[in-house]
Amino acid sequence: MALKTSFAALGAAAVLATAFAGQAAARDQIHIVGSSTVFPFTTATAEAFGKLGSFKTPVVESTGTGGGMKLFCGGVGTDTPDLTGASRRIKKSEIELCAKNGVAEIVEVKIGFDGIVFANSKEGPVLDLTKAQIWKALSAQVVVDGALVDNPYTMWNEIDGGLPATKIEVLGPPPTSGTRDAFSELVMETGCEEAEAVEAFKAAGDEKAKGCMKIREDGAYIEAGENDNLIVQKLVANKDAFGIFGYSFLEENADKIQGAKIEGVEPEYDNISSGKYGVSRSLFVYVKKAHIGTVPGIQEFMTEYTSGKAMGEDGYLADKGLIALPESEASKIRTTVANMTPLDPAAF
Amino acid sequence: MTDIAGKYTVEPFSASTEKREKFNRLLKKRYASEARFKMWGIAAVSVAVVFLVLLLGSIILQGSSAFVTTKVELEVSLDREIIDPQGTNDPMVIASADYNKILRNAMQSLFPEVESRRERRDMMDLISSGAAFELAAHVRDNPELIGQTIKFDVLTDDLVDMLRKGYIERNVPEEDRKLNDFQIGIFDKLVASGALYGTFNTELLTTGDSREPENAGLWGAVVGSFFTLVVTLGIAFPLGVMAAIYLEEFAPKNRITDMIEVNINNLAAVPSIVFGLLGLAVFLNFFGMPRSAPLVGGLVLALQALPIIIIASRAAIKAVPPSIREAALGMGASPLQTVLHHTLPLSMPGMLTGAILGMAHALGETAPLLMIGMVAFIVDVPGGFTSPATVLPVQIYLWADSPERAFVEKTSAAIMVLLVFLVFMNAIAIYLRKKFERKW
Repeated sequence: MALKTSFAALGAAAVLATAFAGQAAARDQIHIVGSSTVFPFTTATAEAFGKLGSFKTPVVESTGTGGGMKLFCGGVGTDTPDLTGASRRIKKSEIELCAKNGVAEIVEVKIGFDGIVFANSKEGPVLDLTKAQIWKALSAQVVVDGALVDNPYTMWNEIDGGLPATKIEVLGPPPTSGTRDAFSELVMETGCEEAEAVEAFKAAGDEKAKGCMKIREDGAYIEAGENDNLIVQKLVANKDAFGIFGYSFLEENADKIQGAKIEGVEPEYDNISSGKYGVSRSLFVYVKKAHIGTVPGIQEFMTEYTSGKAMGEDGYLADKGLIALPESEASKIRTTVANMTPLDPAAF
Repeated sequence: MTDIAGKYTVEPFSASTEKREKFNRLLKKRYASEARFKMWGIAAVSVAVVFLVLLLGSIILQGSSAFVTTKVELEVSLDREIIDPQGTNDPMVIASADYNKILRNAMQSLFPEVESRRERRDMMDLISSGAAFELAAHVRDNPELIGQTIKFDVLTDDLVDMLRKGYIERNVPEEDRKLNDFQIGIFDKLVASGALYGTFNTELLTTGDSREPENAGLWGAVVGSFFTLVVTLGIAFPLGVMAAIYLEEFAPKNRITDMIEVNINNLAAVPSIVFGLLGLAVFLNFFGMPRSAPLVGGLVLALQALPIIIIASRAAIKAVPPSIREAALGMGASPLQTVLHHTLPLSMPGMLTGAILGMAHALGETAPLLMIGMVAFIVDVPGGFTSPATVLPVQIYLWADSPERAFVEKTSAAIMVLLVFLVFMNAIAIYLRKKFERKW
């Protein structure tokens, strides 16, 4: 008896599976993938968009920038995502991958900026660091007396007498993270140049001075996983430690932690927006133009995303930690969205 | 050592006092080592218990406050001029009216002294951004209220909730606080007048996900987990039981079945992400099934639960004494009849226990679901096996990663809900075992 029911259940499951196998076609819900940095903003917009009532709330997956691009460029058709978020600009290789799979027209929409902060507990001192100092504290190899050596610094005041006599202890993202990529590029690379160490790397046979971006692995830099909340908690518990994470986490926890000044500039909204604060990056959303008209609501969703009440200075995305574009740039972006002007691959 | 012991057994009574003392010393040593062993055992158990208590304690301590939310009672006048000036009574017109304005009027009437635009905005920030939608839905469903002044309880912003629960420090400088002094002043007045109060957080258990902590709920994830597990059970249980019966009762013992057996045991130890990759390659890319769907999640988890169920089912079948089978065969039953009428019913409790434990295991999985798109922000409560859905552990992961402080307690609360489900499922397994267990 039980076996018969089992067979029936199995049959039903098989039928179910095959019935849906061919049914991936029509989709009435926008599907978004991409960067975990853009994720909080896209989800907030998706929710507000869904509440407007005309369309279903889009589904937003957090896949990371690279993973998102791979899915996005997987082809045209409703089994591929419509939009992808990116915490950096699309690469030439990704545009080529897209083109190869038939995704010819991609619309690039810049949604705002994200600052990366170097923060510690409120109980610790406010530091004013240069990129070169941060580089010296975190690089795997530094230049001492003209020679390239493994990073010898264990205390901040060994780097510069003006810095406190505390142990160098920095919690930051792992190499898989987009925040780490941006940090490497914006702080480590320029810090290396400022510290005038590039030549030393080149002299050691490292043509492109890639060693500049290599972070030390002797325990002073602690990879704290992708969970920025955890880093904040650890900073509160240990007043000598520093953390590297997105501006939104600093803003949310401003009563417990403080951001170090970098090159004399405080990590504040206005400074990031105006570009004065040197460690910030642009965030993008890419739209697959071929899906407009196939999946309902894409144009409307992007209009909502780029509207003043979302990505504007007082918009709800600013509440979530997004740093708004200057008005002139924002209006240009709105025109792009209205016309859905695709990227020109030749510009890369 | 052995020859000393041998001597004692031969001539225990003729042993000299010296030998007896040596014997006693040895005996004492053996007792001591037993006591030490027991002590280590107790220490190991205590360490485990302490960790468990710490873990559960910290989760409950952090999470319990999330079951209470903060609401404020407002006197809202549902002005016909604002809601439906033409008197159409059309639900669409009613729902799309400017309810923010109505709420603003209600707050303004409580605090007539607030005049500047900035202060008004700060005041309105204390109310949840979802409040207008709530009011809209309420009026749409009860259009007879238009024109009246009603008492309506709206959710406050998550920051107000955090302030009431003491998670926002008042004594830090104003610019480091998410609520300014003016807003805290309004808050204190609302508390003093009794309009602001804490109440059971029904949203947490009845709504889908949201980026606003006060509106975020687990129901979408619970339903998603349910659909996923239904698929898992529907596929893994019958397949697992059939495989177990065949291997145990019918399969010849040879190289091939030995290989299958070893592989089933190995499969039980395969890291779960591998099943996710398999799901991506087979179900999504080859069969073209939809992303983020509980159907695919269920299939992937079924693959994962299958070896667990097969192993448990085989153990249950093995536990049925051969005399039952021999008696049935002796009475002229065919092998199939023997299995269906006797072995299977008798081993069913053990199989069900195995299945439920396999399901409980599947309920806690996130890694395989990552690859098939179920780690996603989904607001709408899923309506079926192919609508986009997420599951409870994924919801926990997404909340843990959100910057808003109110999500910290929500994360712990979600863990508590997941644990309740797990304990419940394990309790069913124990109940079934106790109720239907047969002693031979």
